[in-house]
Amino acid sequence: MNLRAAPNFRAAPNFRAVWAIYRVEMARAFRTVLQSIISPVISTSLYFVVFGSAIGSRINEIDGIAYGAFIVPGLMMLSLLTQSISNASFAIYFPKFVGSIYELLSAPVSYLEIIIAYVGGAATKSIMLGLIILATAALFVPLRIEHPFWMIAFLVLTAVTFSLFGFIIGIWAKTFEQLQLVPLLIVTPLTFLGGSFYSIHMLPGIWKTITLFNPVVYLISGFRWSFYGKADVSVGVSLGMTLVFLAICIAIVAWIFKTGYRLRN
Amino acid sequence: MSSIISISGVTKTYATGFKALKEINLDIERGEIFALLGPNGAGKTTLISIVCGIVNRSSGSVTVDGHDISKDYRAARSLIGLVPQELTIDAFETVWATVNYSRGLFGKPPNKDFVEKVLRDLSLWEKKDSKAITLSGGMKRRLMIAKALSHEPRVLFLDEPTAGVDVELRQDMWAMVRRLREDGVTILLTTHYIEEAEAMADRVGVINKGEIILVEGKAELMRKLGRKQMKLELRAPLAALPESLSRYALELSADGNQLTYTYDNQSDRPGVASLIRDLEAAGVQFRDLDTKNSSLEEIFVSLLRQEP
Repeated sequence: MNLRAAPNFRAAPNFRAVWAIYRVEMARAFRTVLQSIISPVISTSLYFVVFGSAIGSRINEIDGIAYGAFIVPGLMMLSLLTQSISNASFAIYFPKFVGSIYELLSAPVSYLEIIIAYVGGAATKSIMLGLIILATAALFVPLRIEHPFWMIAFLVLTAVTFSLFGFIIGIWAKTFEQLQLVPLLIVTPLTFLGGSFYSIHMLPGIWKTITLFNPVVYLISGFRWSFYGKADVSVGVSLGMTLVFLAICIAIVAWIFKTGYRLRN
Repeated sequence: MSSIISISGVTKTYATGFKALKEINLDIERGEIFALLGPNGAGKTTLISIVCGIVNRSSGSVTVDGHDISKDYRAARSLIGLVPQELTIDAFETVWATVNYSRGLFGKPPNKDFVEKVLRDLSLWEKKDSKAITLSGGMKRRLMIAKALSHEPRVLFLDEPTAGVDVELRQDMWAMVRRLREDGVTILLTTHYIEEAEAMADRVGVINKGEIILVEGKAELMRKLGRKQMKLELRAPLAALPESLSRYALELSADGNQLTYTYDNQSDRPGVASLIRDLEAAGVQFRDLDTKNSSLEEIFVSLLRQEP
């Protein structure tokens, strides 16, 4: 074996490693199918029963959309955000916790490849989940999707962005408690207050302004626009804010990898 | 260039200010079994982790088969298989899945036959569909080795390979290491069990408090620093050593019943045979006689004592 005979060796990306990691991550999802796929479907169905049917029957329409249908994009986003974060953060935290991360760090893989594999795996899972929730929702309420391309675009972009965010949390966390902290204390409240269940135009004056500082508002608004053509804020702003958050996450990840923060120290 | 790993001026200071390594220079020869010997906390694992890319070094440089571990990390890392000290495996993966995963991670194309061979060699083939969590400690250890060998490394790092391992597995492991060496794999093992180094190594490096104290061929080390001792149980106690035996470095025990003769292996000038003749001539009779080589362990302990 003469490695120096292969001058491109150094530059050659290790696609096999990306594939190997991705496959393990997907296998984990199917192994824990009850936890990772079925349970979110059940909890989303419960939202429909409670908010869509029980309470929703007393709410007429929002922006001319039946309440049950109105909450579908928000519910998908809710799952997409929480699942992307928990999938990705757990995927990188767990090997750190049990110590098996040594293998990843000693392997000939670049940081970019590690990111693509882990974030790709986590995002794939949450996108699948989002689509399953969409299918579940279709059983309860009449749906229409006016801009399918943008619907998919928002779905993928959000899944990738928040998987990246989850990856950062997973690297940062030193304990299981910390791992839960950000999703529980920040992401869930922001999502609930981000207009999943209401239009922000329904809020009293000052709260409407405060809400605009919540990044999740832009995600949900843009996503809902792709379904019904109605948005709380303009779609361009939604897209822009999502990209800004993605850029911030990429910058943080780049810094982590440059310094070896909590990985190689 | 015969050395496969070249470590020069490597230091590591942790964020806490702890200096784990103080300027390490070390060359590992191609195809040898090198034992890095040192007490717990000497810096063995830190050094290995730096070479493998798990820990960033503070300064210095390392090359693996001429490839710089930073600039050319893909080439460098793909040559090394690491078996860490701790049994750290994803407990829910099957043996087959996790070994194939390791192979893929190191960029090697799938090769079922090779992976099967590795598993058979390590007596893990029967367990290929079992989850790691169901394996015994010894099997987990072998699984770690299988993962490290899955990508056909040219250098194998064994970090404390037999810590907490039963005798049978230890023998198996030593046999495996020798087989690998015959295939041309260079082996670097760290251990604080001296018998392990003594049984396997071609060369021994002693590390203590983040410094390499000495690197020597095992045989030379034993010859240079090794001592032989002969103990004689006397028939009758002696009050004092006879004058005729003064040219030997003899020690008489307090009760006068035992004589100890210490001599080194290199220059056995006043030989054992002549001592026995002289004893007879002096009328000193003995019941029993016992000789022993000082072990690597004794050499090691005395080396560490010399350290300030």
